[in-house]
Amino acid sequence: MTATRDKFGRPIVVVTGMGVVTSLGAGKTDNWKKLTAGESGIRTITRFPTDGLKTTMAGTVDFVPVEPFSSTDLSERLADIATEEAIAQSAIGSKGDFPGPLFLAVAPVEVEWPQRLELGRAIGDTVDYDGMLRVSGGGRFTQYHRRFLFGSVADHLAETFGTKGSPISLSTACASGASAIQLGVEAIRRGEADAALCVATDGSVNPEALVRFSLLSALSTHNDPPQAAVRPFSKNRDGFVMAEGAGALVLESYEAATARGARILGIIAGCGELADSFHRTRSSPDGKPIIGCVRNALSDAGIVADQIDYINAHGTGTPENDKMEYLGISTVFGERTSQVPVSSNKSMVGHTLSAAGAVEAVFSLLTLEHQRIPPTINYDIPDPAIPFDAVPNTARDARVTAVMSNSFGFGGQNAVLILTREPV
Amino acid sequence: MSTKPALKSEPAEVWITGIGLATSLGEGLEANWDALNARRVNVDEKTFAPYVVHPWTQVNLDAQIPKKGDQRQMEAWQRIGTYAAGLALDSAGVKGNKEILGRMDMIVAAGGGERDLAVDCNILNMEAKGNCAPGFLNERLMNDLRPTLFLAQLSNLLAGNIAIVHGVTGSSRTFMGEEAAGVDAARIALARIAAGQSDIALIGGSQNGERKDLLVLYEFDDFNLRDKFAPVWARQKNAGFALGSAGAFLVIESKAHAQARGAKPYARLTNVVADLARRKHPGEVTATLEKLWSKLGKLDDKGAIITGATGAERATSEERAFLGEHPDFAVRASGTMFGHTMETQFPLGLCLAALSISRGALFPPNDPTGLEVEMSKPPTQIVVIGAGHWRGEGMALVEAIS
Repeated sequence: MTATRDKFGRPIVVVTGMGVVTSLGAGKTDNWKKLTAGESGIRTITRFPTDGLKTTMAGTVDFVPVEPFSSTDLSERLADIATEEAIAQSAIGSKGDFPGPLFLAVAPVEVEWPQRLELGRAIGDTVDYDGMLRVSGGGRFTQYHRRFLFGSVADHLAETFGTKGSPISLSTACASGASAIQLGVEAIRRGEADAALCVATDGSVNPEALVRFSLLSALSTHNDPPQAAVRPFSKNRDGFVMAEGAGALVLESYEAATARGARILGIIAGCGELADSFHRTRSSPDGKPIIGCVRNALSDAGIVADQIDYINAHGTGTPENDKMEYLGISTVFGERTSQVPVSSNKSMVGHTLSAAGAVEAVFSLLTLEHQRIPPTINYDIPDPAIPFDAVPNTARDARVTAVMSNSFGFGGQNAVLILTREPV
Repeated sequence: MSTKPALKSEPAEVWITGIGLATSLGEGLEANWDALNARRVNVDEKTFAPYVVHPWTQVNLDAQIPKKGDQRQMEAWQRIGTYAAGLALDSAGVKGNKEILGRMDMIVAAGGGERDLAVDCNILNMEAKGNCAPGFLNERLMNDLRPTLFLAQLSNLLAGNIAIVHGVTGSSRTFMGEEAAGVDAARIALARIAAGQSDIALIGGSQNGERKDLLVLYEFDDFNLRDKFAPVWARQKNAGFALGSAGAFLVIESKAHAQARGAKPYARLTNVVADLARRKHPGEVTATLEKLWSKLGKLDDKGAIITGATGAERATSEERAFLGEHPDFAVRASGTMFGHTMETQFPLGLCLAALSISRGALFPPNDPTGLEVEMSKPPTQIVVIGAGHWRGEGMALVEAIS
């Protein structure tokens, strides 16, 4: 009988269902086909006027209609689509009755401009917040209380899919998706649950969100053509591109999955995290937090860097991130650095922010399944300071047994996942 | 995070070794304890009239956030939380201890930050005057928003600021989702330490209740307390919550870790449980609380309860029905004394429970309805309850270490 516990005596955590939606499309099949064909989902924004903006493109998900638009409504729809796919594949539980807790990575929720403008119009007089308060109550806008609570998306998912217990909504900025998976892994390892639903979603492309990142000089302004905007590891990279999407994973203990005869898609072998206290938006120049985070993940998985044969990079395409990610990886991987393929899914789907860690975990598992590495596109002018094997522009067949997937975010957030085909 | 792969077979005992309170009643344990015992409530019925809020007691921020540059990078909610987190680290005796802080885990329960009200109102007024050209909103936001305001609004940047100012870097997780976020922050941190996945953690949250943008969100369903302050149990004819302002943080760690460094505990955090009632039918909150109560562990008779009951309906009436089933427990509603601090209310309750146990007394009742009764003996067990105004139910058991 195969062991159901890892070398540390913890229950092995496996993936039995996955769902994904990005600007490339809905579902694993469509996404994988386009991702390995090197297609970009970045396009000129049509959702709202872009006059006066420095960045006019994004990886929007325009094929999921949300009217009237709110980022929270779109996030919820995207989470629904990815979760339905994941649960259907896993065939766990029964409809509306998922036998475990929910961990949801979701962007911070807030009242948005369409709703704020609606309040302003309801006042019909000089608008101030006292006026808004006067018209807010009395039942006219009750639905906005429900919608704009931070817990609203998790509440909806918990009811729709019948997860158990108190659902957790979390934000670790651009590492959120990885953190959601980590929370699920930890719950199963503690023996609290045999299964966990880990979902990450983001539908943030709205004017204020775009302006916020733009004011922090984080976004690419290579607007034309939009498909060429995200240039991870390239010398002429100039920022990330906001994007939307969702990823969902059904995690189970190896024991529970095999007992019900589920097909095992991969193993979450290790998770690492470490916070950076250097700056609100920049990494410590010595790279120590990233290095420590990578080492924590390897050590949690009980493997060494030599065993990693593909790195799914955070790879945002900002000058800062890519430089720091190289420093972190090259410090841990040493002379082997240039021999390990490192590619950025974000070159094609953009930066799905809160969803990225889970979207990229799904892509990492598909890489393991298909033994094919998606490329880094728009890689025409390599940055000599970042001599990665970036899998330039064309997907590559390769023997891949263990993947490291990186996520780093504002606020000093670092999270790294180790995913494998077989228990290690 | 210190990687501790091997799970222990027996759950580790977890102690509360640090408490940080910066609230509407004052800064630090003495000021809060004195105010509680004097039944002093700090409430403002005028500034946000007709809404009632509990304003934060201003402090010398430099004492916990020494760099003015750091203070400027935060909005009030982050300053309050970062300040209180520093107090908790001081209280635990780990402030500045780089070895411990570098592997200390952190779970913060957070909402979002203050909006720039002037920018919002200017845009809304211009729009009302017919400025609706394409790109009008973009142009105003690009020109009027402070570039770093976003960082003061981002939920995970309270934790980020605590890492920057105090050096807590073992891990940084932010839970959102109103009241339940505070319950789950404690629940997950406790579970991780009990299972040997972590040794020591900082948990807590903060809220600035003096915020019109926050009042708007809750006014959408008429949750705000209007006109006149009343203790939580005396709001049946004028239901609602008064937003509170507080930072409440705790340091919790395994008994072995605390003993190894010679730390004195305030109390034991024995258990935290949570659930999500659908609340589609009357009685579901009452039933869920009863279910959670049965999962807490062995409860002695004549104990104490500190609840974060909001004063808003139906949840408060349902909780009152639950409390009615346990009449020999002395109840205190933190919402009466501190207002409703949302994500922070449950960590605040844990702080008050640990403080009461360490002082050998439950603070006095403040309730004209008689639901809260005197407790003469030192509390050895305090149950902390958090039933959200809309969703989420949680409970913790805090015990004296004999």
